[in-house]
Amino acid sequence: MTFRSILFKKTEGGAGRDAIEAPPYFVDLNIGQIVDTVTAHKQEYNLEPFFHILLNDIDAIKYRQEIAQDLENEILLENIRTFAQEMRAVRRYTALMDKLYYKYHQEGWFLETVKTYCGAVACLARDLNAASLKSRGLLSFREYVTNYVNSDYFKSLVAETKTVRADLSSVTYSIIIKSGSVTVRKYESEIDYSVDVEKTFEKFKQGAVKDYTLKIPVRSGMDHVEAQILDFVAKLHPDVFLNLDNYCSKNREYLDETIVVFDREIQFYIAYLEHISKFKQSGLEFCYPQISRTDKEIYDYEGFDLALAHKLITEGSPVVSNDFYLKGNERIIVVSGPNQGGKTTFARTFGQLHHFALLGLPVPGKKARLFLFNRIFTHFEREEDIENQRGKLQDDLIRIYDILMQATPSSIIIINEILTSTTLKDAVFLGKEILDRIIQLDSLCVCVTFIDELASLSEKTVSMVSTVVPENPALRTFKIVRSPADGLSYAISIAEKYRVTYEYLKERIRS
Amino acid sequence: MKAFLMYRDQDFDLKRQLPSNEQALTQDLELNTLFDAMALGDHFLFKVARTSVLSSLIDEDTILYRQHVLKDCLRNPSTIREVYQIPVELIAKKRESWLGFFRNHPSSDLYEARKLLEICVGLLGRLKNIADKHADNFLSEGFTAFFAMIKKELDDEYLFRMQNYLKALEFRDGVFMSAELGKGNEGYNYILRKPEGKRRNWVERILTQRTPSYTFRLAPRDQAGAQSLQELRNRGINLVANALAQSADHIDNFFTMLRSELAFYIGCLNLSEQLAQIGDPISFPVPAPLGDRRHSFQGLYDVCLALTKRQKVVGNTVQANNKDLVIATGANQGGKSTFLRSIGLSQLMMQCGMFVPAESFRANLCDGLFTHYKREEDTTMKSGKLDEELSRMSDIVDNIRSDSLALFNESFTATNDREGSEIARQITCALLEKRIKVFFVTHLYEFAHVFHDKEMQNAFFLRAQRKSDGRRTFKLVEGEPLQTSYGEDVYNEIFRTRN
Repeated sequence: MTFRSILFKKTEGGAGRDAIEAPPYFVDLNIGQIVDTVTAHKQEYNLEPFFHILLNDIDAIKYRQEIAQDLENEILLENIRTFAQEMRAVRRYTALMDKLYYKYHQEGWFLETVKTYCGAVACLARDLNAASLKSRGLLSFREYVTNYVNSDYFKSLVAETKTVRADLSSVTYSIIIKSGSVTVRKYESEIDYSVDVEKTFEKFKQGAVKDYTLKIPVRSGMDHVEAQILDFVAKLHPDVFLNLDNYCSKNREYLDETIVVFDREIQFYIAYLEHISKFKQSGLEFCYPQISRTDKEIYDYEGFDLALAHKLITEGSPVVSNDFYLKGNERIIVVSGPNQGGKTTFARTFGQLHHFALLGLPVPGKKARLFLFNRIFTHFEREEDIENQRGKLQDDLIRIYDILMQATPSSIIIINEILTSTTLKDAVFLGKEILDRIIQLDSLCVCVTFIDELASLSEKTVSMVSTVVPENPALRTFKIVRSPADGLSYAISIAEKYRVTYEYLKERIRS
Repeated sequence: MKAFLMYRDQDFDLKRQLPSNEQALTQDLELNTLFDAMALGDHFLFKVARTSVLSSLIDEDTILYRQHVLKDCLRNPSTIREVYQIPVELIAKKRESWLGFFRNHPSSDLYEARKLLEICVGLLGRLKNIADKHADNFLSEGFTAFFAMIKKELDDEYLFRMQNYLKALEFRDGVFMSAELGKGNEGYNYILRKPEGKRRNWVERILTQRTPSYTFRLAPRDQAGAQSLQELRNRGINLVANALAQSADHIDNFFTMLRSELAFYIGCLNLSEQLAQIGDPISFPVPAPLGDRRHSFQGLYDVCLALTKRQKVVGNTVQANNKDLVIATGANQGGKSTFLRSIGLSQLMMQCGMFVPAESFRANLCDGLFTHYKREEDTTMKSGKLDEELSRMSDIVDNIRSDSLALFNESFTATNDREGSEIARQITCALLEKRIKVFFVTHLYEFAHVFHDKEMQNAFFLRAQRKSDGRRTFKLVEGEPLQTSYGEDVYNEIFRTRN
């Protein structure tokens, strides 16, 4: 099999695939937020579009899952990061070269660029061959890059680069500066003056002191004085610089297109894996979900909201994970219970899991089976605007109607707290109507609601509730469990809230 | 060269992180009164007093080391104040001539460093003279080593050599350096080279040698070129300017360190002089190791109260050895809070190497001091009072550890006696099990009573003394908790005086 792309097994997507926009549910499910965080440090690769294209083929998903699994090998991941870093340097140097005026300066940077590129590719080939790979994608790429590195073209490029560079590095010269003039000559082993000064004042050394050396900024040019000095150095060493001239004109087109594309695409996995490694360190688990096109008996154990978990871990707060499963005819999870108890988070998690599963990536949870959906529809409460109450209800219903018109049995529908702007009696009636239609459709659905009655509507609905600490209803557990909706609350102990009871103290105080 | 007056082998770090509860400690123990007395209006002395008092030592060795140095200071106050003037003067001179602000600019830094070093060389000479004259009057290990070092390191020949060096680094005849080709053929690794032989005429000598050389002269009005040349020159003298500026910093740091370390003792001198004026005693405490449980003292008084009132105050005498828990109960306004504060203050003063306000004092060291005092109602209304108290307790729990000392003053009274007692009991039990020493001033009768009934060997009970006629002596004596705090007495007193 000839290697095409590390992201796409076939040529699906193709040329236009960078232009794809984010699906409409990105905002409601906070997936946009997740993708922003994942790609924040990878702006130069423009990875966002890859997070918008869902795979609709089980084998294509497996192709990616295999690659992601290979990349969970820390050593391999580190190797590819090193490669990426070097390729970044190649791009930076190339951009720099375009801005330079003086010939030997430009040629010097060209040499540096090629040297970096050759080093990066050779190193990558070596690392891939040392790694035990299982994925079709990486195996095929390894074959490609190995052939490339062993080609005569590449071998001679490396050899020439090395010789020219070595000759230049061996050049040492002296300069003498008086006001208005510079003299250049060869260096003849005179002693270092600053070492001498340091020695005299050594006895006063007190701890670390500040560094007063002038930080010389990275050069993006060379002025005429330095260029003149470089010309003098070239005159002192004519052969070395003639070789440099020849080398440059011969090797203009050194970059390999397939490798350049790989460098970008592999970052899709790395960005995501780097992101989730923070979660793994906190003891959270990820898994590769089974995907089915037909079976709606889905589940995920110990899943969590990627966006919220990121925030919590950054703050140092614990993350609560949740389980769900659907058996037999069950299609709809109705979530009710105390506010601020993690209901919306649960609904978002459900959507996120499915989205990332269809990107071929590992998802939060210990074990998961998920559904190959065609579309996700979300209906989240809109910000209250100046419109009156009837306007809002109307708006709610219009949006729901649109969703129901477009949804198919393969769709996922996520509804979060609708019908809050009407009387309870109306809400119960309308809620039942809407849910009945979804039941008819046989779509998968999560519905967060304050209406307990919806929880036991049919054999297709499953009731799940957010829970509180029994002794202290002010404390949320953020656990959502399968349980009849009952809306109970309990009494509180403030000392427990601050974790200063005997039991807590015994646990908390360092010995 | 190091002063080493605070530690035998370590610098005194003025920027060290203070314990996370320093604010509570300062407020609860009224530490600012103590710091003010030590500082006498000097900001720097205040800062040093604050840092040293709040950064408790937990090894007896360093505490005794400081006690000895402090005893030397108490014997030779005028010499100490004279030595202290030297670093103070350096700061004044630096400020006068705007020196000591290195800006990572080689030419001007080189100039600055040379100027600053010239001043330092003069002050070092003065320090050496004091050492020659007074060293014999000092007996402590710290001062003996300090003066010996001054005499050894700063002999006249060395001071003279430094002065000559400072002249040579003016670079009147141009700058000579080496370089290599780095990335992009840009020059790098510029190293200043010392021309061999005599300083004069080295340029001519180098250029007449046989090695080929090329010279380039700037056009007369080439501003950019001149700029670039200046930059190159800077690269050349970069390291040497850095070395000289760092040397200036080192000497400056030596003086800075000397100033901070002496400032602690100057603060102690100031305090001892004021207490002598009031007529209150001081004594050097005898520290016992962390794991021990000791608290025995005579005439321990609240130094902040004495400083505020400017008069002698009542001291307490207690023998509470092998006790993990001390509960003080009894009459309102009977001196319980003053007593608790004197416990906290003496602990901090002992653990920074200072004397303590008592006729005699012996206590085990503690690894961290924590105070939990009843506070005024939270004005922000964010949390209820009990919430606020418990949340502060939770902060303490985050940091407290075995062998810490915890002082509670009327804590957990924002609820009724029974609930408050239960919270206090749970917390105290847990702290004791974690080997934390607890002093608890309280009128929670149930709480105090539970511990008294347990007849624990390691618990000790104090009661504010109240004469049978209701008068208070402000002294605490050993005694079991009583069911009343005699609030009625206070009530009566107020109403009687008003009538």
